[in-house]
Amino acid sequence: MTARIGVVTFPGTLDDRDTQRAVRLAGAEPVALWHRDKDLRQVDAVVLPGGFSYGDYLRAGAISRFSPMMETIIEQAKGGMPVLGICNGFQVLTEAHLLPGAMLRNTGLHFVCRDQRLRVETSGTAWTGDFTAGQEISIPLKNIDGRYTADPRTLDELEAEGRVVFRYAAGPVADGYGNPNGSLRDIAGISNAAGNVVGLMPHPEHAVESLIGTGRRDGLAFFTSVLKGLVSV
Amino acid sequence: MSLDTVKQAEQTPETGQPWKELGLKEDEYQRIREILGRRPTGAELAMYSVMWSEHCSYKSSKVHLKQFGEKAPRTDALLVGIGENAGVVDVGQGYAVTFKIESHNHPSYIEPYQGAATGVGGIVRDILAMGARPVAVMDPLRFGAAGHPDTKRVLPGVVAGIGGYGNCLGLPNIGGEVVFDPCYQGNPLVNALCVGVMKHEDIHLAKASGSGNRVILYGARTGGDGIGGVSVLASETFDATGPSRRPAVQVGDPFQEKLLIECTLELFREKLVTGIQDLGGAGLSCATSELASAGSGGMRIELDRVPLRDATLSPEEILMSESQERMCAIVEPDKVDRFLEICEKWDVIATDIGEVTDGVRLEITWHGEQIVDVPPRSVAHEGPTYHRPFARPDWQDTLQADDAGALPRPVSADELREQVLALVGSPNQASKEWITDQYDRFVQGNTVLAQPEDSGLIRIDEETGLGVAVATDGNGRYAKLDPYAGAQLALAEAYRNVAATGARPLAVSDCLNFGSPEDPAVMWQFAEATRGLADGCLALGTPVTGGNVSLYNQTGETAIHPTPVVAVLGVIDDVARRTPMAFKDPGQLVYLLGDTREEFGGSAWSQVVHDHLGGLPPAVDLEREKLLAEILISASRDGMIDAAHDLSDGGLVQAVTESCLRGGLGARLVVPDGLDAFTFLFSESAGRAVVAVPRSEEMRFTDMCGARGLPATRIGVIDGDAIEVQGEFSLPLAELRAAHEATIPALLA
Amino acid sequence: MARVVVDVMLKPEILDPQGQAVQRALPRLGYTGISDVRQGKRFELEVDGPVDDAALARIREMAETFLANTVIEDFNVKVES
Repeated sequence: MTARIGVVTFPGTLDDRDTQRAVRLAGAEPVALWHRDKDLRQVDAVVLPGGFSYGDYLRAGAISRFSPMMETIIEQAKGGMPVLGICNGFQVLTEAHLLPGAMLRNTGLHFVCRDQRLRVETSGTAWTGDFTAGQEISIPLKNIDGRYTADPRTLDELEAEGRVVFRYAAGPVADGYGNPNGSLRDIAGISNAAGNVVGLMPHPEHAVESLIGTGRRDGLAFFTSVLKGLVSV
Repeated sequence: MSLDTVKQAEQTPETGQPWKELGLKEDEYQRIREILGRRPTGAELAMYSVMWSEHCSYKSSKVHLKQFGEKAPRTDALLVGIGENAGVVDVGQGYAVTFKIESHNHPSYIEPYQGAATGVGGIVRDILAMGARPVAVMDPLRFGAAGHPDTKRVLPGVVAGIGGYGNCLGLPNIGGEVVFDPCYQGNPLVNALCVGVMKHEDIHLAKASGSGNRVILYGARTGGDGIGGVSVLASETFDATGPSRRPAVQVGDPFQEKLLIECTLELFREKLVTGIQDLGGAGLSCATSELASAGSGGMRIELDRVPLRDATLSPEEILMSESQERMCAIVEPDKVDRFLEICEKWDVIATDIGEVTDGVRLEITWHGEQIVDVPPRSVAHEGPTYHRPFARPDWQDTLQADDAGALPRPVSADELREQVLALVGSPNQASKEWITDQYDRFVQGNTVLAQPEDSGLIRIDEETGLGVAVATDGNGRYAKLDPYAGAQLALAEAYRNVAATGARPLAVSDCLNFGSPEDPAVMWQFAEATRGLADGCLALGTPVTGGNVSLYNQTGETAIHPTPVVAVLGVIDDVARRTPMAFKDPGQLVYLLGDTREEFGGSAWSQVVHDHLGGLPPAVDLEREKLLAEILISASRDGMIDAAHDLSDGGLVQAVTESCLRGGLGARLVVPDGLDAFTFLFSESAGRAVVAVPRSEEMRFTDMCGARGLPATRIGVIDGDAIEVQGEFSLPLAELRAAHEATIPALLA
Repeated sequence: MARVVVDVMLKPEILDPQGQAVQRALPRLGYTGISDVRQGKRFELEVDGPVDDAALARIREMAETFLANTVIEDFNVKVES
């Protein structure tokens, strides 16, 4: 049976259709979920895609976090359902306290759109099983509120527990390396303690076809990873 | 103040009215009185004044714009031509593409962020109103001198506004231009283009037909934004000596616009819309009069039903308001409930404000009292027409006689090398990544090519790979030297850029940015440029499908360079066959296509090295452009070339530098027989491109060029990590990259 | 009708690049003697009915869970007449 992966649309979500395409290319069935509904439509996993839900007004992700759909997702995530938050979806996850920390305005104060070099720090999450720890990948980054921050104790905890999932890789800026937004300890993505909830600022769904965007397909493994986990359960 | 009703206007014919303050001429005011057979009410006067302004009525330009229709080439591709919100082109496989370019120059000077942001919002709604899903945007921008303090105010605001609005809509920004020239110091040009895609059967038009159908206003509430903005902002010159005025500027809400897009597309999907018009310049005045004018009957509007953000607005102000993110739809009565349901789903406010009638008048009431009763055509389509005097200015001959060919040229290889570095690092030729990296080019997941590629290329069908390419170009320096040729050079460059990526050029949209039409010299530039563009479009077989005219671009008495910006749209059957610009395969051969002549008038070299503008622009040969495009498209389709880059400002050395930096590889070049190194590197002769040819394809490629009569000269090979011109100099890529990429951040960051 | 104002500020230890950008601009504009600038948000709430302890408690809860993100922000609630 084909796995069903839900993709949530909030008002102002932008990358929902792109994420559905990525899910399809990975071999799963994408299921559109609407923020006002509570029913998850029997999906096996959920992606919160990028965009500017509610225009990023108040704070990025702050209003979406209170939607009926998020109530269900928070409950299910605590029960172990895989959840991936990309960009604005990551912001929603931190606002919902499914992931620790918060995102602030980039230190450069500009929107940054670039092909970003990342280091995968762990393959031990629901969404990174098809990577190997230490592997470098390139996927697009595009945000203005992408500076990850948390208090030092939380950061220490994340590192000690292996929950820093992605870091901005060090190297020449012209080749896509470097910390683009001032995120603390170069953190690009993290997970919860159980490893089923992952959030990151860069966009794996924009790196799934060789002709499109940067032409790289490093993002596809996010979606194939979660499928393997679902099949093996 | 008491309400000025139609009844009152009939009873008080002698009441003085502020027609002059509203920008009307006396004869125009008298004409309104003749049309109505009485004095207009305050609300009617407001409507006429705003709809008869230069911005809305094209009164100075329309006698010249007629040529785009009269000289339109025969084509089966055009589904909707000039006159609608945007033209629509058939791209095959049942798809139609609509695109249009518009200006938001004056608002962007006053308030750069909001001016640029609402410019994006406006053009996106134009595309949406045709029935299409917007799929990409582009922004050709022109600013004053790069180092001028005011450029540091205007440019970052404009760029942040375009990004802030466009990124939030989820529209990839795939191209455009950034040009610096002191002539734009007090009057930047902020042009915005949007492309939309739909199926043929989804095309919608702005007309109100079917007596009894409802008129529904939906989107944002109406506030005091830009009241009178159309006449005041778009038609008057900035006067540095006058009292400081800060007119009401429209403020955009991209989140509201995103909801409006998704909501409207769902309304289209369920076939709930009979006619539709976006609210842009002149707001409700424009939308109601245009819908009624294009329809079969009249229209009755209850203005007091319009949801307001500011309850103190008068009916005149509501009619004039340019509040953003609003649309007006004509809906059959039995579809209204479902229409409102979908709006509610998207949190979009929708209000039934009136109906289509079987009469012939546009009637507007305010709490039951009639305040407007006009023939809608007289407001929307029968505004004044001016035949403004035009004359070739005296200084044109002097300017053209000041030949750039006579400027001192580099005398040594070292000097040549220094001038190459200066050129590729000059603000106009430098990398614009600092700007374009503030725009999202990946969203929607269909971007095949984006800036700095020759044209933006997006996929529109995932199964077949069908795609469209768009490029915008303009060169005010060429157009200043010769407006007729300058307009054709802009067209030729955009056409060439589309072909360079492998797409077949189909249609044109233009944004004509000029000074004051009251100046006969400017009017001559306008007349020449439109004539040049119309002749050029006829020769190339690409019709003008729509566009925009922006006049009064000047500070005090000084007009900007005449700046026709031309957008060309092309189609590619399979995006897998696209040709990028990067040189990335060592050993591939570099060929120069076309003829190189000693042409330096208006060139980047003459500007960078000598701060000079004079002589004649490069010669135009549109037959040659067509041939070059055919070769580029065939070579792409048959896999004979792996990279292509058009030659334009900066000449060959600029193009090769860009292709090398993009691919991370150098090139060894040889100056061809019959050319000197300087002309080879810096000439800006039109109708040229460089291509990278795999050795295995060389014979096939040169045979094809030979057979079809296109000069193709082997000028070198891709190799190493430097650009080496044999016998002259070698420039390491690292040094070129530093020069090319450091300039803009150093000026603006 | 009473007005309650909620001020939301980034916590002192959190970097505020927008505030810093403002501060850096001040000397260029001729304003000297400003050693630090922090940028915040102000919410003006028009309250129906009396602003009693219960109403204020609700507003504090609203500020803590919604208007401010207490991971990065502090807030302050005050009643204006």
